[in-house]
Amino acid sequence: MTETGTQAAELTIPRAEPRRFGGWWRDPWRKPRILATLTWAYIAWSILPVLIAILISFNAGRSNAQLQTLGLRWWFDDPDQQSLFQDPTLRRAILQTYLLSFLTMIVAVPIGVAFAIGIDRWRGRLATGTSFLMLLTFVMPEIIIGISMLLVIQYVFSFVHLGTTAQVIGLVTYQISYPVIIVRARLLSIGKDYEEAGMDLGATPRESVRRVLLPMLYPAIFASFAIVFADTVDDFVTVSYLSGPASSTPLSLSVYTAVRASPTPAVNAAATLMLVTTTIAIAIGYVVYRRLSRGQRADVRAFGQV
Amino acid sequence: MAEAAAAKTPPRRLRRRRQEQESGVLYPRWFWPSFAVPGITWLLLLFLLPFYVIFAVAFGTVDLFRNPLPVWQPWFWTSQYLTDVLGKIFGTNAFLQPAFVRTLAYVFIASLLCLVIGYAVAYYVARFAGRWRTLILVLLISPFWISYLMRMLAWVNLLDDEGYVNKLITTLHLAPHPINWLEGNPVTVVLGLVYGYIPYMVLPLFGFLDRIEVNLLEAGRDLGAGRVQTFLRITLPLSKPAILAGLVIVSLPMFGDYYTNDLLSQSPKTAMIGNLINESVGSYGQGPEGAVLVVILMVLLLVPMIYYLRFTHHAQERR
Repeated sequence: MTETGTQAAELTIPRAEPRRFGGWWRDPWRKPRILATLTWAYIAWSILPVLIAILISFNAGRSNAQLQTLGLRWWFDDPDQQSLFQDPTLRRAILQTYLLSFLTMIVAVPIGVAFAIGIDRWRGRLATGTSFLMLLTFVMPEIIIGISMLLVIQYVFSFVHLGTTAQVIGLVTYQISYPVIIVRARLLSIGKDYEEAGMDLGATPRESVRRVLLPMLYPAIFASFAIVFADTVDDFVTVSYLSGPASSTPLSLSVYTAVRASPTPAVNAAATLMLVTTTIAIAIGYVVYRRLSRGQRADVRAFGQV
Repeated sequence: MAEAAAAKTPPRRLRRRRQEQESGVLYPRWFWPSFAVPGITWLLLLFLLPFYVIFAVAFGTVDLFRNPLPVWQPWFWTSQYLTDVLGKIFGTNAFLQPAFVRTLAYVFIASLLCLVIGYAVAYYVARFAGRWRTLILVLLISPFWISYLMRMLAWVNLLDDEGYVNKLITTLHLAPHPINWLEGNPVTVVLGLVYGYIPYMVLPLFGFLDRIEVNLLEAGRDLGAGRVQTFLRITLPLSKPAILAGLVIVSLPMFGDYYTNDLLSQSPKTAMIGNLINESVGSYGQGPEGAVLVVILMVLLLVPMIYYLRFTHHAQERR
């Protein structure tokens, strides 16, 4: 009895004593300063090194550890022709990067979108099984996908040559789950009512998909295009296992091999170019996504959670 | 009893027809499946079949030139290479063992660090960020679209012998000489793993913590619990599934990681399972061994993968 009594008294009587050290700590409504500091420190830690690396790409000296003077030497102005836009291998690598990303996007998104529509509306054991398989491609470590793809091309589909074709096949397998996940999330929120309304008004099933459901999926489809493109630019694992002749080396792979071998700021310039490319792709994707889904719930997080 | 249960659930075909009558819409039977056919074909030929090939190589033989000869019939499989590799992991001459132990230790420490830092950040943003929220969210998402390569390259530059980190250390007299970060330093590798994968921890945690109802927390505070107690007794227990999922999300790719090591260390002193696999696939006559290592890795990861898939499945149903 007495114990609870004193506890209640402590709770109700405001503290009159002057603030000592620890008063701040004991205040139940204090601002979370430690957490705030930690969060901003985390953000600085996650972004500042990258900003420094970008800055180093504009180094006029040879070092990619220290900034000497600023200049565009390693972008296109190196006397020894070793800058990003002068070196013939790097130039070919840039083209290869864009080619791979474009092809992967063009193949993966339509297959993925159709798969998502089919699996979502068709209930059955086979549908559950294959959608499970699809998610498995999403969580499987990339090294396993890369190696299994290499082996299947060596021993089963030996008519496919290592190089661009093999790389695109591997990348599509690795990326196909993105459109599926994005489109399925969208389908879940749309529901079946619209397409059924379309059919009540006389559309055939096929027409109702093409003219009712598909337009409602445009934001998700567009977002998938942007995300698959951006993610393929950054890929260097699948691509490395399936690369064939030197001409099939994309930029990511050149950066990967150069990082520890002969690092000049040209490597930083290459990585910066990749960063700019993905940023533009994602920015376009996001803006169009917002515009297309105007009036429908759009969320910044849709672009982060996949 | 059994008959009554059977009567309650009519055969599938009848149920299907009834559903169609209820919604008043008739789709041809093949209509929806036909959409999924290209995707299913792709998955079967280019995801499931490649898996089978890994097994066929791992349990197959080699030809005269020590190139792998996959064996397609499971009844002819030999476990010769499996016992070989297992001997190298657990046997007397266990020279593969250190890499396995190292992988477990690195992944354990790195994902724990991811959790502690990531949870604090996600908690702050979900509860207290206020008007900074959108900005912070954008900043938290941005590492997703900065390639892993770029993020590692940034640290290779910073941790160079003449880089800014060593410059800072020598200027502040924290150490007499520049520290050799980039050759076989386990601290660098673990921090590299944390740096690489922590965004994948922060965002799911944030998404989950953000959905915890403030009412619950206020009720806790009303009942006299302090900030710490509210956290320990309400928020933390509620976020347990998200914590587990986050740990799985970051640790799965870490287990298959070889590139962080390649970029930040390049030394056998810090080699992980991924490096063993990557090297044996690339080198002559070690094909089956590499495939066996992949099989072992998949077996190791089976439980966390299934956990994660079930978690996302439930999360979809909850919505």
